[in-house]
Amino acid sequence: MAPPVVTVFGTANFANAARVMACLEEVGVEYEVVEVDYMAKEHKGAEHLARNPLGQIPAFQDGDIKLFESRAIAKYVLRKYSKAAHVDLLREGNPEEAAMVDVWTEVEAHTYFPAIAPIFYECVVYPATHGIPTNQKVVDESLEKLKKVLDVYEAHLSRSKYLYLAGDFFSFADLNHFPFTFHVMTTPHASLFDSYPHVKAWWERVMARPSLKKISPDMVIRA
Amino acid sequence: MAPVKVFGSAVFANAARVMACLEEVGLEYEVVEVDYTAKEHKGPQQLSKNPFGQIPAFQDGDTMLFESRAIAKYVLRKYSKPAQVDLLREGNPEEAAMVDVWTEVEAHTYLPAIAPIFYECVVYPARLGTSSNQKVVEESLEKLKKVLDVYEAHLSKNKYLYLAGDFFSFADLNHFPYTFYFMTTSHASLFDSYPSVKAWWGRLMARPSVKKISDGMVLRA
Repeated sequence: MAPPVVTVFGTANFANAARVMACLEEVGVEYEVVEVDYMAKEHKGAEHLARNPLGQIPAFQDGDIKLFESRAIAKYVLRKYSKAAHVDLLREGNPEEAAMVDVWTEVEAHTYFPAIAPIFYECVVYPATHGIPTNQKVVDESLEKLKKVLDVYEAHLSRSKYLYLAGDFFSFADLNHFPFTFHVMTTPHASLFDSYPHVKAWWERVMARPSLKKISPDMVIRA
Repeated sequence: MAPVKVFGSAVFANAARVMACLEEVGLEYEVVEVDYTAKEHKGPQQLSKNPFGQIPAFQDGDTMLFESRAIAKYVLRKYSKPAQVDLLREGNPEEAAMVDVWTEVEAHTYLPAIAPIFYECVVYPARLGTSSNQKVVEESLEKLKKVLDVYEAHLSKNKYLYLAGDFFSFADLNHFPYTFYFMTTSHASLFDSYPSVKAWWGRLMARPSVKKISDGMVLRA
């Protein structure tokens, strides 16, 4: 096996670390994963704060380059290593295509994620890692929000007939939806997507991606 | 060639974000007002431009976009003359990464801390005639102080003029709209405790594009 080129601080069970790893898999770059002990608050300790001053997971290192913020790390990896891998998930050479990638990347960050994240925390994280039972009221409110969001996604995909969010090409926009959607799909609320046939078909295309199939097993959050 | 259109006036912070970029690249643009009080942004015409019913939306010929940061980057990529304006630095992965890091920090950490103060102290009094919820403002100020601690350390330790380095970038510009509004409130004095941050803000406000757009950012009842 080739020696690692870069280091990710934070394991794949952290959704934002998984975002970065998915990109590393897409460009085929060897990476080392360094565990950060969340329960021991290692992410708030001096060593990790030197890598991520917000005390969050992940952080990243490529030689002298030290980065934090998973979407910034992901784009750095894609820009630096895509050409050799013949992958173009950002499309920055084409302003119209890049704009579509950016639109749905922003939607994930500001609209999709806030609707889906409480379901992830209540149904996956809190029971597994803190022994706290699910707050059904929070889950129900989030499901209502998520339905309105999925209405827009369904309309977008069915009207455009695109295979993926930004067009007929897999992109950074699709990849950004992977980590948190993966986790919610491990809960009973996965069935929500059955009411959105184009969204469901899109999700199955996304999950068929070898990079995502490879890191998914490491993402499972256990007690 | 018809000028590009921004749907939403500069009083909307996210529309101002887009307009600042248009000013930076020197591209002519038309502003189409969207009547927020009349819920025009939730009507069918605007929903066809922004399916989430938000402001702004944008049009360049056949290209229709929404999400202010996506629009902004489209404008910068398509219309920047690199010798004069390079706010994204996408030709240099290391520089672009620094621009992205502080753009992400603005979106996910800075904005959530500063936005409630903007809503409580600027928006709600102007649009709803209500007085600020002091508890919300106090909690946000405490969060914002912790965030500014990080910014102060970053700027002073690195001795950078701007967030991504010694060059003005998209990262700095993204902080402009909501910080501008914050600075119109009585809480502006908070920045006095953060000298490197205050100096950085001064540099930002000196930018001609920022000065021009901020003149239009007056939120009235």
